[in-house]
Amino acid sequence: MPDMIEKTAPAGENAIPAQRGTAAEAKAEKPRSLGLDAWHDLRKRPVFVISAVLIVLLVLFAIAPSLFTSVDPRAGDLRNHYLTKPNYLHFFQGDWFGYDGQGRSIYARMIYGARASVVVGICVTAGVTVLGGLLGMIAGYYGGWVDTIVSRFTDMVFGIPLLLGALVILNAFQVRTVWSVVFALVVLGWTQMTRVMRGSVITVKQSDYVTAAKALGAGTGRIMFKHILPNAIAPVIVVATIALGGYIATEATLSFLGIGLQDPTISWGIDINSAQKVIRQAPFALFFPAGMLSVTVLAFIMLGDAVRDALDPKLR
Amino acid sequence: MGHYVLRRVLQMIPVFFGATLLIFLMVYSLPGDPIAAMFGDKAADPAQVASLRHKYYLDQPLWKQYLHYMNNIFHLDFGTSFTGRPVSEIMADAFPVTIRLALVAFFFEIFIGLPLGLIAGLYRGSIADTLVLVLTLIVISIPVFVLGYIAQTIFAINLGWVTATVQDSKDITQLILPGLVLASLSLAYVARLTRTSIGENLRADYMRTAVAKGLPRHTIIGRHLLRNSLIPVVTFLGTDLGALMGGAIVTEGIFNIAGVGNVLYKAINQKEGPTVVGIVTVLVLVYLVASLVVDLLYAVLDPRIRYA
Repeated sequence: MPDMIEKTAPAGENAIPAQRGTAAEAKAEKPRSLGLDAWHDLRKRPVFVISAVLIVLLVLFAIAPSLFTSVDPRAGDLRNHYLTKPNYLHFFQGDWFGYDGQGRSIYARMIYGARASVVVGICVTAGVTVLGGLLGMIAGYYGGWVDTIVSRFTDMVFGIPLLLGALVILNAFQVRTVWSVVFALVVLGWTQMTRVMRGSVITVKQSDYVTAAKALGAGTGRIMFKHILPNAIAPVIVVATIALGGYIATEATLSFLGIGLQDPTISWGIDINSAQKVIRQAPFALFFPAGMLSVTVLAFIMLGDAVRDALDPKLR
Repeated sequence: MGHYVLRRVLQMIPVFFGATLLIFLMVYSLPGDPIAAMFGDKAADPAQVASLRHKYYLDQPLWKQYLHYMNNIFHLDFGTSFTGRPVSEIMADAFPVTIRLALVAFFFEIFIGLPLGLIAGLYRGSIADTLVLVLTLIVISIPVFVLGYIAQTIFAINLGWVTATVQDSKDITQLILPGLVLASLSLAYVARLTRTSIGENLRADYMRTAVAKGLPRHTIIGRHLLRNSLIPVVTFLGTDLGALMGGAIVTEGIFNIAGVGNVLYKAINQKEGPTVVGIVTVLVLVYLVASLVVDLLYAVLDPRIRYA
C-alpha cells in the first residue's frame, strides 16, 4: 500500500500545475499517457534494461553478423574437427568455442544463427498480432453471430496442437525457408491473440467515451481504430511480447526435429540436433547454441514480464 | 447445471468437426502419393494402384473422404494405416504409454508447482520468492529438448541414477526423469500462476475477515486463500493435460518412449494419413473434454459460480 501512494503522488503533482499554468507550460508538463507512463516506469527497471540490451545485441547479430566475426559460418575445415577442444582465450576468433562435426566454427554459427531466430520471432509475432487482433476486434465489436462464428472458428484452430499442426503444414513444403516456418506458426498461432483482443474490446466497448463518440456520429472505423484500439491494445502487446520468445523456441524445436529450417539456413535448432549425437565427446557443441537460444528466449520473456508490469494498472 | 453441460456439449460439436476437418484437409491435401510410395522403386501395377486407392477411399473427392471417415469414426473404426495395421491397434499400443507419462508429469506439476507457487506467493519478496521466480524463469527459457539432453547427460550418463532411455514404460521409476522433463515448462507456469493468484487474493476482503475472526492459519490458507486462488491454475492445468498428451513429441524422442508423440512424429514424416488424422482426432476430443471438466470444476472450487 505505501508504495502505491508514493507512485501515484508524482503524477498528481504533475497534473495540477499543468491545469493552472499557461498553455505553453501546460504543454511542457502535460500529464503522461499510459504508454509514456509505462515507458518512464520501464526505464527504471533493471530487468527491462538487461533484456533490452540483450535484444539490441541480438538484433545487431541478425542485421550485421560480420561485425562480430570474420569467419564464414558455412566454411567447414575437417582439420578442425569437433574433437579439437575450444580455445576459450581466443576471443571472437573462429576457435573460441570450438568447431562442430564438420569443422565449422561454433562461435560464427552462434552469431549467424541469430538471424533466423529473430526474423521468425518478430514476423510471427507481427503476423499473429495483426491477424488475431483484427479478428478479435471484429468479434468483440460486432458481437452476435459474427462473434459466434469467429469464436467457434478460433476454438477449432485452438484445438489443434501447435507443434503437431506445424509439423503437418511444414511437411507439405519441399524446401523450407524461414518464411515457411513463419507461415505455419502464424496460421496456427493467431488464436491466442484473438481471444485476448476480443475480451479486451468487449470491456472497452462499454466505456462512456465510446458511447460519446457514437453519439457524436463517429463512423465504425473511427470508433474501432481511434477510440477502442488504443485502449484495448495493452493486454495484446503484453501477450505478444511474451509469446515472441515462445515462437523462437518453437522454431528451434521444429528445426531440431528436422522439420523446420534446413541447411544452408543457419539455425540454433539444427546445430543442437547435430550436436546431440556427439554429446559425450563434445558437450560444448551442444552447450553454446543451446545457451544462446536460452538467453534469447529469456531476454524476450523478461521483456514481456517488464512490459506487463508497466502496462498493467492493477499492479501499480 | 444439466442445462449448462448440454449447451457446452452442443458447442463442442462444431468445434470437433471443424478441428478434425482442418487436420484432415491439411494431411490429405499434402503433395506426395502414399500409394505410389508403397511400391518403392518397383513400377506400380495400375490395376493394383486403383484397387488400393479404392480400398483407402482415395479415389473419392476430399469432402466425400472426410464424410466417410467421420462415419467410420462413429462406428469406432479409425481405418487402417498404409502399412495395413488398424489405426485403433496402433493407438491402443501408444496411448497407455503416453497416459502414464502424462500422469507422471501432471503429478509433478501439481505436487511441485503448486507448493512452490504457494510459498512464493505467501512470502512475497523473500529469498524463497526470488529463488522461485529466478528458477522458473530459467526453466521457461530453456527449450525442452535442451533440458532433456542436459537431464539425460547428468542423471543417466554421469550419475547413473536412472536408465538413459525408457526400456519398459510400465516401470514408473523409469518414467520419473522423462516425466519431470515433460512437466518442467508447465510446472514453472503453474508456480508463477499460483504465486500471482495468491498475491492478488491475499489482499481480498474475505482474507481480512478470516484473519479478524481469529481463524487458525492453516484454515485461512487452505479453505479461503487456496480455494479462491486455484481457479486460474485449474484452467491452465486442464488445457495442459491435453497438451501433455500430444506435445510429448520431443520428450518421447529423447527418452525413446513408444508413445503417441513418437508414433505421430513418424506417421507425419511417412505421410501416414490415417494414423495422423486418427490420433489428432482423439487428441482434439481429449482437449475438448478437458476444457469442459475444467469449467465444471469452477463450480466445485468456487460455490459463487453457479451454472443455471
